[in-house]
Amino acid sequence: MAIGVIRETERRTLPFDKLGVIIAALAVYGAFLAPFATFRANRIVQGEGKAILEALPPSLGYGLLALVTFGIVVALLKTSVLVRMAAAFAALVALCFLIGSAAGNLVPADNAYARVSPASGFWILVFAFALLVADALTRLNPGPGLRLLFLAGALALVGGMLATGRWDGLSILKEYASRADTFWAEAGRHLTLALGSLAAATVLGLPLGILCHRVDRLRATVLNALNAIQTIPSIALFGILIGPLGWIATHVPGAEAIGVRGIGVAPAFVALFLYSLLPVVANTVVGLAGVPRAANDAARGLGMTEWQRLVAVEFPLAFPVILAGIRIVLVQNIGLATIAALIGGGGFGVFVFQGIGQTAMDLVLLGAVPTVVLAFTAAIVLDALIEVMGPKHSRGKAA
Amino acid sequence: MASLPTLLRLAVFLVLLAFLLQPGWFEPLLKSLVQENAPAVYNRGSLFWLTLLHLRTVFVATFAATFIAVSLAILVTREAGAEFLPLSRSLVNIGQTFPPVAVLALSVPIFGFGEKPTLIALFLYGLLPIFENALTGLTTLPPAVTEAARGAGMTERQRLVQIELPLALPVILTGIRLSVVISLATATIGSTVAAKTLGEVIIAGLQSNNLAFVLQGGLIVAALAVLIHDALQALERALSGRTRT
Repeated sequence: MAIGVIRETERRTLPFDKLGVIIAALAVYGAFLAPFATFRANRIVQGEGKAILEALPPSLGYGLLALVTFGIVVALLKTSVLVRMAAAFAALVALCFLIGSAAGNLVPADNAYARVSPASGFWILVFAFALLVADALTRLNPGPGLRLLFLAGALALVGGMLATGRWDGLSILKEYASRADTFWAEAGRHLTLALGSLAAATVLGLPLGILCHRVDRLRATVLNALNAIQTIPSIALFGILIGPLGWIATHVPGAEAIGVRGIGVAPAFVALFLYSLLPVVANTVVGLAGVPRAANDAARGLGMTEWQRLVAVEFPLAFPVILAGIRIVLVQNIGLATIAALIGGGGFGVFVFQGIGQTAMDLVLLGAVPTVVLAFTAAIVLDALIEVMGPKHSRGKAA
Repeated sequence: MASLPTLLRLAVFLVLLAFLLQPGWFEPLLKSLVQENAPAVYNRGSLFWLTLLHLRTVFVATFAATFIAVSLAILVTREAGAEFLPLSRSLVNIGQTFPPVAVLALSVPIFGFGEKPTLIALFLYGLLPIFENALTGLTTLPPAVTEAARGAGMTERQRLVQIELPLALPVILTGIRLSVVISLATATIGSTVAAKTLGEVIIAGLQSNNLAFVLQGGLIVAALAVLIHDALQALERALSGRTRT
């Protein structure tokens, strides 16, 4: 009797995975209908799309199609999480590996001008299988350690492709090759801007947040002022600071020597610092306000001084919330630092805006892709850190 | 943000309106910021017109984002779409790490220069806060209310339209407010890819080293953001007050 009931419910539900249907549709379109790689005679002309079998030698092309088809079948059917993960991962590794082969295959060896870049089909396939990985990961619900391990694996895969020169034929890396020195200089400047302003905002924001927590009157004023700063668009704030900083540079002795200038890094740094203050201060206030009264009373009962209570009780309890504020700032700053390029502050934005100016999209990608990777890495690392620090029962995002 | 007192808000609105319609009145104020022969008030187009275009861009993007985000949130909170709920949550978290400039820059190769990439970037970026809040609103309804609605014999559709959406509305509105404020500022970046927004004024100022242009472009956007933020917040309060009683 019981067996009969189970059979009946089995018959009623479809054997297909709902998300798998979407992933399969995307992958079929990406593999069979959309172009895999774009070939262009030089850097800025319109390209022509090449399908997988045109872009790759037959053995590799059919191999990739077989792997993609296998991934599609695994996604469609209700398979175990680990099988889905393995199939998606295999497809992603193959895609990453073979897009490099496409470049070598499409460009004649002596042609230095022709460009090959990944086309829509490649991106759609990557998106479809990344979705499959993300779904499998969500179902596994891994702890912070395992998540960091996955991140390290993904970064190692990309790093390996770059280090072994697999992708050297792709046009984004040709852009890189012709400006490798500036790339690392701008990368350094980008990180200095994002991390430096975060450090400054933390050093000033924490005491300010503690002060706001203690003094009611100050809280509303400070938070309102910081909120008002957030409404000023970034390019305007960067620009507005040019004036006062230029004035300081020329009128305050010694200011210019330490790098204060009207244009360049200084206004960008100050603008990012100002944007960073709100999340740090606001989360410090929220975190301290959330400290249970019982904990404070107990500490007082033990005869702790104000200072001891702050350091030993309140601050550790509020720390996960403060860390959540720092995560917001870091991800936001990595993105906003791109705008510094508009006022001569450097960073990856230099390539983005140069690329927009020259309508050279590979150059735009050279600036945008590292920014996205950095922001993404920062978010995963800090999320894991927040989870390790936070109370065991509250999984997910704080604040 | 605590609302500014009503009087102050009205003053900001009047000054903004006066500046947009009669920018000449403010010339003496701005004159000190520029070099002798440089114009103190933006002279390459009407500020009022640019403001309207700016607002239109933000409105179109937010409207589309709201429609899609709320529909998706409804879909994944129904029984048929429940499978997608955890995944959509993690996708939202991932999406929010994408810098707006990168979204804008990456949509240029697909959609070309002009207003389109800006609309796409604002739309994609606006989706996330609205979707997240709509999810929160629809998944944290008091169980007693939904049970009562079921007990009263309401169909699933009736429950959604008459109970769940009205109760979730204030939280959804908070998401829309967040999204609008971000979009108002982000739209200025669209002018780097030739979209007609107030960013044009700021960029013209940066290029010709004219601080007055940068300041007026920035302050108009900031004033718009503060006013729209406060108006939406007042609306939320009115709505949550109504549903609570």
